[in-house]
Amino acid sequence: MSPVLAGVLQLLALVATLGLSYRPLGDHMARVYSSERHLRPEKWIYRAIGARPDTGMRWPAYLRGVLAFSAVSVLFLYLLQRAQGSLPGSLGFVSIDPDQAFNTAASFVANTNWQSYAGEQAMGHVVQTGGLAVQNFVSAAVGMAVAVALVRGFARTRTGELGNFWADLVRGVVRILLPISVIGALVLVACGAIQNFSGIHEVGQFTGGTQQWNGGAVASQEVIKELGTNGGGYFNANSAHPFENPNGLSNLFEIYLILVIPFALTRTFGRMVGSLRQGYAILGTMAVIWLGFTALMMWTEFAHKGTAFELAGGAMEGKETRFGIAGSSLFAVATTLTSTGAVNSFHSSYTGFGGGLTLLGMQLGEIAPGGVGSGLYGMLVMAVIAVFLAGLMVGRTPEYLGKKIGTREIKLAACYLLVTPALVLGFTAVALALPTPPHSMTNSGAHGFSEILYAYTSGANNNGSAFAGLNADTPWFNATIGLAMLLGRFLPMVFVLALAGALAEQRPVPVTAGTLRTEKPLFAGLLVGTIGIVTGLTYFPALALGPLAEGLAA
Amino acid sequence: MSTTSPVRPPRTEGPADRPRAGAGRNGGGLLDPEQFLAALPDAFRKLDPRVMITSPVMFVVLVGSVVTTGLAAAHPTDWFGWAITAWLWATTLFANLAEAVAEGRGKAQADSLRRTRTDTVARRLTGTGEERVPGTELAVGDRVVCEAGDVIPGDGDVVEGVASVDESAVTGESAPVIRESGGDRCAVTGGTKVLSDRIVVRVTAKPGETFIDRMIGLVEGAARQKTPNEVALNILLASLTIVFLLAVVTLKPFAIYAGADAQTSLVVLTALLVCLIPTTIGALLSAIGIAGMDRLVQRNVLAMSGRAVEAAGDVSTLLLDKTGTITLGDRQAAEFVPVRGTTAAALAGAAQLSSLADETPEGRSVVVLAKEKYGLRERRQGELSGAEWIGFTAQTRMSGVDVDGREVRKGATGSVVAWVRERGGTVAEDAQALADRISQAGGTPLLVAVHDAEGARVLGVVHLKDVVKEGMRERFAELRRMGIRTVMITGDNPLTAKAIAEEAGVDDFLAEATPEDKMALIKREQAGGKLVAMTGDGTNDAPALAQADVGVAMNTGTSAAKEAGNMVDLDSDPTKLIEIVEIGKQLLITRGALTTFSLANDVAKYFAIIPAMFAVAHPSLDRLNIMGLHSPETAILSAVIFNALIIVALVPLALKGVRHRPSSADALLRRNLAVYGLGGLVAPFAGIKLIDLLLSLVPGIG
Repeated sequence: MSPVLAGVLQLLALVATLGLSYRPLGDHMARVYSSERHLRPEKWIYRAIGARPDTGMRWPAYLRGVLAFSAVSVLFLYLLQRAQGSLPGSLGFVSIDPDQAFNTAASFVANTNWQSYAGEQAMGHVVQTGGLAVQNFVSAAVGMAVAVALVRGFARTRTGELGNFWADLVRGVVRILLPISVIGALVLVACGAIQNFSGIHEVGQFTGGTQQWNGGAVASQEVIKELGTNGGGYFNANSAHPFENPNGLSNLFEIYLILVIPFALTRTFGRMVGSLRQGYAILGTMAVIWLGFTALMMWTEFAHKGTAFELAGGAMEGKETRFGIAGSSLFAVATTLTSTGAVNSFHSSYTGFGGGLTLLGMQLGEIAPGGVGSGLYGMLVMAVIAVFLAGLMVGRTPEYLGKKIGTREIKLAACYLLVTPALVLGFTAVALALPTPPHSMTNSGAHGFSEILYAYTSGANNNGSAFAGLNADTPWFNATIGLAMLLGRFLPMVFVLALAGALAEQRPVPVTAGTLRTEKPLFAGLLVGTIGIVTGLTYFPALALGPLAEGLAA
Repeated sequence: MSTTSPVRPPRTEGPADRPRAGAGRNGGGLLDPEQFLAALPDAFRKLDPRVMITSPVMFVVLVGSVVTTGLAAAHPTDWFGWAITAWLWATTLFANLAEAVAEGRGKAQADSLRRTRTDTVARRLTGTGEERVPGTELAVGDRVVCEAGDVIPGDGDVVEGVASVDESAVTGESAPVIRESGGDRCAVTGGTKVLSDRIVVRVTAKPGETFIDRMIGLVEGAARQKTPNEVALNILLASLTIVFLLAVVTLKPFAIYAGADAQTSLVVLTALLVCLIPTTIGALLSAIGIAGMDRLVQRNVLAMSGRAVEAAGDVSTLLLDKTGTITLGDRQAAEFVPVRGTTAAALAGAAQLSSLADETPEGRSVVVLAKEKYGLRERRQGELSGAEWIGFTAQTRMSGVDVDGREVRKGATGSVVAWVRERGGTVAEDAQALADRISQAGGTPLLVAVHDAEGARVLGVVHLKDVVKEGMRERFAELRRMGIRTVMITGDNPLTAKAIAEEAGVDDFLAEATPEDKMALIKREQAGGKLVAMTGDGTNDAPALAQADVGVAMNTGTSAAKEAGNMVDLDSDPTKLIEIVEIGKQLLITRGALTTFSLANDVAKYFAIIPAMFAVAHPSLDRLNIMGLHSPETAILSAVIFNALIIVALVPLALKGVRHRPSSADALLRRNLAVYGLGGLVAPFAGIKLIDLLLSLVPGIG
């Protein structure tokens, strides 16, 4: 079987399994977030944290919940790392330095999982499992909660209430993420991923000498790393490490885990706004972009140019032989089009265009299908912008899902749109203009530029993947990327929740023949175009100086 | 059917085909260079930063122009800097010009209005007599006398007398109208002229706030405030401007790192910024708004706010009065239905003969129908010698003729039946059934009978009905495609109303409607989130007019109605509501289309400017120069020139509005996306290449 055919078959298998779980999972999530009932363990949690899960929250209250919870999480994670040296079960690792501890805390709470540390050389069992893995669950659940709040904003009328943050948070973890994670972890263990609390082993190498391996609760952390679009690997090599991602099957399964919730949330959205077809339109938009990127990535990585590529059957540098070009390309696209950031290959080693695609994927705002929750709300905000333009073109003041897109709504959507470009371009420019930060680059020229651009793109978009090549464990990068991650995560949430509040207060506009049909393919196409134009125009100059200059030179 | 009087065809293009005497409004035709020239001084005046700041996009261009001017002055020998500077100023000026041209058209109208508002002297009634005071000193509640030749000093209601008034100053219509105290025709407008008789007017508006004052303010754009949608669009444009500002500002350190410091001078970056920010729509946005109001004015509709025009585009329910809007005012003969044993032709002949002496519109319509349908030549009364004509009277409720020993009668069922029985004749048994059927269908039956050698007998029935204006069915279908529901309001009983509603093709009707019913209907629709438009003229319409999202008051209506509505139709043509909706839609479509066009344009500009800046540092980027532009300088300059010229090129479109055919949202979107989205993507590639070709021919550049 040719590698290309294998790639196509893997893609088909992925589409088929995603398709199979789309309806049941999407409907299940809709039920979870609409249900009036509380499970017993949930009631215990509410009692423990003193939450009243049946109180409807207006958007400021909901936002306060999000921010307060996340602030406490950052603080807890920071202190846990700082105290690692004196905690038992830490494999003898010392406490993390303040700048790196801040960066890591911000990173995991912001669902980014940017890692300026090497897992097996810095983090013990307590921090990994008790701190980082926990955040993998709750930060994902926060994203889903905010997305559900926005969906309720569209679905509800003449109320300002968006639901209860604590209930949404707890339910997301208890009823969605945990059950899937348990099953997923078992599958991964069956594939060969490890799951233990063993210490450090000294292992002999084939070439002589020894190296140290440590065990850990890897499979359980791996599954939520993908499922919650987190991306922070137990080991530095992330999903390229055989303990995390042993073979082709586990690789495909991990890609499936990355994509399954973000895609299925479109069904949840359709259910909750009372029109499945609206959900399908968003799904179609996401799928078109995802498939397009996958096809382009495979094409550019399989293309045989140069002797080394021809010998390897494509661009194999930086890719695991057990995944091949197809398994790596699929993973790279999935991880950068979502906010995952897990990697099973070196994005830095991709062809110029291939590296550009991973960058562009994040720069789209990670909305195809995007992070758990954040993908859906990001896409809906883009839909609001697209509706605004298209709505005018059908001769009505714009409306989406029966809600008018007026001054207030467009103001919030526009603010949302501004955040990440400002962070990415601003920090990259400052880093380049300062004398020290460029020293972290391994490469010079266009590729070196891509390293820094990638770092901030990944941070501000809450992806967390690294281009590799950049030494990011410096006070400057730890601080600025940490800041980019926090602002890139929570500022957009402020605007999304405010938008949800504004929408929920409106009375609905009835649908007539004069209404823009947002469930039609034409609109999905327009949405793809709007996303392309808005992102393209923002990042084209930067991309030209990095991957484009490199790719066109090849 | 010729029984229908012609309705103005839909979507007439401005007043070109409607010559008007009197006010001498300027035409709303296409642009001519003179308009540009006349607007030029205003365009310069608008360079004031305090004015420019209202359009964030163009303000950035202004700042850019100032910056490049400074830079060019610092390097006076650099032709490129001067060329960019010149074209940036041109961009700013073109934007102001677009707005000034749009305003200029309104100003001309305002001037002609002002000319009619001469300083009038009012004859104010006091307790004992009358005193002469300047019109500007009148207060609300004052009573003034106006006699033939007087100009009415202010808006008010006639409280005494009746007069013919020349309202051409306001409406452009030269035929005088009657204004009388009491009823719905009591409102007079300041500035109009009494032609005959004497009236006493109670002033209802303060000087300076009269109808004409407001009209002047509106057409001049002085009272223009940004509409909600315009504000929203401005926010989006401003945020895009910030994004591009970010992209360009951060580009400098990127370029220094890449080794392209020299190629990214401040002049070049400013040029890039101006090319990227949505200048096309930013420049034309206010012109589009002004032109939208202007298009209404050209159709003789005054909108009291831009908000109302926008709302018109969103209307989903139209309330239309039956009489005058959907149907002609009078009932018309539509059919001859003979009784058994009689032919339709015989019936038509008799009906025609009996109606020749009937001068009522119904009677005339019988004659016309006979001619139309049965080719019966219209005979004149004098043609038949010895005929005795019996005219229609309210008492007999019959008309007819006695000629050659034959008596023919036509009239109300009861009267004709009685007439036949009086003469010992028989009423065919199916006659009553026929008449009942017509009644049930909402029509009015007229019986035709004859008394001759064969005795008195009924020949058949003439079916009189409300005649729906020609073309209304099609227009309602159009509206339905646009997603607008039409509701017919009528005082008729439900049966009649239903029949007419079905014939006219309206979606719903409100029968035996009282003003309260109307109000309730509006509130019900609005509660469902719908926007409602209606017309009205009477004082009892005022609450509903105020409640409706778009309330169009007829100019013939009362002051209360005009005060309550947010638009006034000077022609008092209720059908115009449909045109108003279309203008509202067209306004929004034009905005959306030009925004899309403006954004799509940027792609080509990147392909012109990015290789020009970076091909030296990264030779591979020269491959992006897919247009094959001559040199970095010509490439950048071409993009800037295109960016400036496209504004001028689109001014006519902004003023005239994007072509709008009533159709579904889907069809509209597909068409506009193809034209303005794809067109906007492709056009600049061709335009920039062409400009670059021309530039490369200029000695010293090439």
